[in-house]
Amino acid sequence: MNTLIFRTVAPFLTALMVLFSLFVLLRGHNEPGGGFIGGLIAVSALAIFGIANGILAVRRALWFHPMAISAFGLFIACLAGLMSIFFAVPFMTGLWITPVILGVEIPLSSVMLFDTGVYLVVVGSITSIALALEAGDDA
Amino acid sequence: MAASTADLSAAFLMTPVATADWLVVLPPAWCILAGAVLLMLRKSLHLQAWLAVPALAILVVLDGLLLSHVLANGPVTMVMGRWLPPFGIAFTADLTGVLFALAGAVVALAGAVYAIADIDGSGRRYGFYPFLLLLMAGVSGAFLTGDIFNLYVWFEVLLIASFGLITLGSEPRQIDGAIKYAFLNLIATTLFLATTGYLYGIFGTLNMADIALKAAAGRDSLPLMTLATLYLLAFGMKAAAFPVNFWLPASYHTPRIVVAALFAGLLTKVGIYALLRTLIMLFPVEREELSFVIALAGAATMIVGALGALGQSDVRRVLGYVVISGIGIMLAGLSLGSPGGVGGAIFYALHSMVVMTALYMAAGLMGRLAGSFDLNRLGGLYGRSALFSGLSLVLFFAASGLPPFSGFWPKVMVAKAALDIGAWWLVAAVFLTGFLVTIALGRVFALAYWRPAPEALPATAIPASLLLPLAALTALTVVFGLFPDALLSTIQAAAQGLSDPSAYIGSVFPGGT
Repeated sequence: MNTLIFRTVAPFLTALMVLFSLFVLLRGHNEPGGGFIGGLIAVSALAIFGIANGILAVRRALWFHPMAISAFGLFIACLAGLMSIFFAVPFMTGLWITPVILGVEIPLSSVMLFDTGVYLVVVGSITSIALALEAGDDA
Repeated sequence: MAASTADLSAAFLMTPVATADWLVVLPPAWCILAGAVLLMLRKSLHLQAWLAVPALAILVVLDGLLLSHVLANGPVTMVMGRWLPPFGIAFTADLTGVLFALAGAVVALAGAVYAIADIDGSGRRYGFYPFLLLLMAGVSGAFLTGDIFNLYVWFEVLLIASFGLITLGSEPRQIDGAIKYAFLNLIATTLFLATTGYLYGIFGTLNMADIALKAAAGRDSLPLMTLATLYLLAFGMKAAAFPVNFWLPASYHTPRIVVAALFAGLLTKVGIYALLRTLIMLFPVEREELSFVIALAGAATMIVGALGALGQSDVRRVLGYVVISGIGIMLAGLSLGSPGGVGGAIFYALHSMVVMTALYMAAGLMGRLAGSFDLNRLGGLYGRSALFSGLSLVLFFAASGLPPFSGFWPKVMVAKAALDIGAWWLVAAVFLTGFLVTIALGRVFALAYWRPAPEALPATAIPASLLLPLAALTALTVVFGLFPDALLSTIQAAAQGLSDPSAYIGSVFPGGT
């Protein structure tokens, strides 16, 4: 499995897949996609990187511990729900702002923040499971 | 956006929400937030307890504020994301839910303090405190949600956290206990989910207030008896009712003692709460039909638990059976269905949360002082610490249901409610159980405390952080045993609110349906 071709291609494939996962995440508000599926695509990317270059390389590339990433996702998802307390609307009500940056109107919402949180929870937790399984294989 | 021109009032709540109503969602949301922060700081071992204990203290305050809000204004509802019920997921806090949530938070706070000395560095690195906060998110959510599928989700949350807690340490013995625990709980959860799917197929709604209304309207034509029976089995398994109680004594003696204390205090009571919610509020007529079965199961649970407690020699196993015998008394109250019976069940559940947690904590101290949990080897504890022995004796009396401690009143309520309908055999079972549990715990006291120590042991001081939560919980059982009036009237109102959920329904549908 661990051929020269695979090892050469893996980093590029990983970068492409992570990019695609972000695209799926952002597209998810109105079209098929979203945080969960985007997160799974990102985990597949990391898994490919791990199979090619070993789990140590993945841990180094992630910088943060996968569980910490997942916890941060949970944190911002919960914050996204709590933000509506300042607008006298119930928990988890979608809030929108549309700032104009460089002449382009960019719709930002608490829904997107929540989805980003879901993305990070999935990336963190499934990656730590995948890494644990691959580590177990070496032992 | 195009949406701004459409009329949203048919789908969305248009009136502004008072900030006080936020108290309904804050307990679980706060636990998730704090749990996430603790998980991010998992490597900072010295910080964990310093953050977790204040976080749980804030949870107690939040639940306390919610209780005073509900006492003043009746049930409070908030629907997620502004969607109108029954389509949005509703969080509805009524007196029963808030009382359970508050007691749970108090128990968790005591557990967090106890864990400072009980959970070592490896347990903290493994994530004891994040798991505890997530467990409390699940428990608070289950007590406060007004949506039956959401209740399932919170069950899952607390179940996953409890899997993490029960395997803390990863010893083979713990894995063995965890597998039994996980397997039985997964079966119960699956049954719960399947029943909820069936319920959704019948009613087309998952909101509990809506279900209560539709069940009352369509009682003659809908298969409600099936639903009630399936829920009884699913939640009975969660609550460790006879004959599906065997997972509890098989698993509760394996984890760290503070984990066992929290499980004994919280988990089975979530099952009892769900039984109260479904059988008293949603399907009261069907419960009436099932009442003999529930009463029989309750009596059997009591007696089996008490006899099991008599037959064990490991203190932690004795306590596991004492938990089960208490579940029997709650089931007996549930089977009666009258305000006295339901009130007794609620009171006993609150009492059991506090006392069972404290008893496991006391067992932890026994193990620490005498180096063993085995009644054949324990001894001389009275000589080691008279204060600890006094606290233990109070707890033993409270768990046996002797006056003047908090276990006495709910037993009287259940017994009186049973006498009112002439179910003398149920009364006999309650008193026989009290008698047997007194003997079982008296045996523990005689052997572990009064008997001289079989071997000389090195002197061990009790850390204040272990004794303080134990003393605080014991003080609670004494206070509510001596001055039960305020709690009794609150519980009567809570039981009333379950039997006649018109205030609950009115809070979900303020404009009527």
